[in-house]
Amino acid sequence: MTITLNNRKETFSPQEMSITRIMEEKSFHFKMLIVKLNGTLIPRESWPLTVVRNGDHLDIIHLVSGG
Amino acid sequence: MTVIQNIASHLSVKKAGIAGAGGLGSNVAAALVRSGLGHIVIADYDVVTEANLNRQFFFADQTGQRKVDALRENLLRINNLADVEAHACKVTPRNAGSLFGSCDVVIEAFDLAKEKKWFAEWMIAHFPFKPLIMGSGIAGYGSLETLRMQRSGNLYICGDQKETEQKLVPLLAPRVIMVAMMQADLALELLLKDKPLPEP
Repeated sequence: MTITLNNRKETFSPQEMSITRIMEEKSFHFKMLIVKLNGTLIPRESWPLTVVRNGDHLDIIHLVSGG
Repeated sequence: MTVIQNIASHLSVKKAGIAGAGGLGSNVAAALVRSGLGHIVIADYDVVTEANLNRQFFFADQTGQRKVDALRENLLRINNLADVEAHACKVTPRNAGSLFGSCDVVIEAFDLAKEKKWFAEWMIAHFPFKPLIMGSGIAGYGSLETLRMQRSGNLYICGDQKETEQKLVPLLAPRVIMVAMMQADLALELLLKDKPLPEP
């Protein structure tokens, strides 16, 4: 499947993947993340069960202290 | 009317909310007021300390003052006609709506990542159509090419989004102010969307 991850096209070999699996593959292992799939906020507890498919838009934003 | 007066006149009827008056918030506020923004709402519960002076828009004789009061004073020295609404309080899910509900854009300028997170989630849930401009990853110096802006719908994130150890990688004026200026510039772009600059 090909998705738009953080505004860039990314291709993965499976046809669909959970958000958690994409994070593992892309090494997103930070604590404070905001995740939006096709514009909808996805809470942390739903990441393992939320399926990402071809053409989806996934945004993973890392929030860092300091301001 | 010059182009710059035209921009200022357009901004004079706009309102920006700034959540936090530290390194990001105080500097964003100054840039927006200098540009001609008419209305600004600032909320912060903290006081100015000596340690803030390396990057925040305060002065040595203001230590001990509440940040929102000191910032209001400084902003009015730039433009005494600016309408600066200063709230000396912690922003919470209970007061966020009354503080920022009437703003055209909101700037997130909190210190802690967990504060940034609840605020972003709260804004997405309650004001999905209001632009929220966040700062994330502003420590250290150098590696300018890592500073970026990420857009996700009405959510905009300025900074490098890189985790650092705060004791080893301190917050320093240039990078903090640069990210603040990215936020301020983006705010101008959004506020002037219906008022494009003439083609060169």
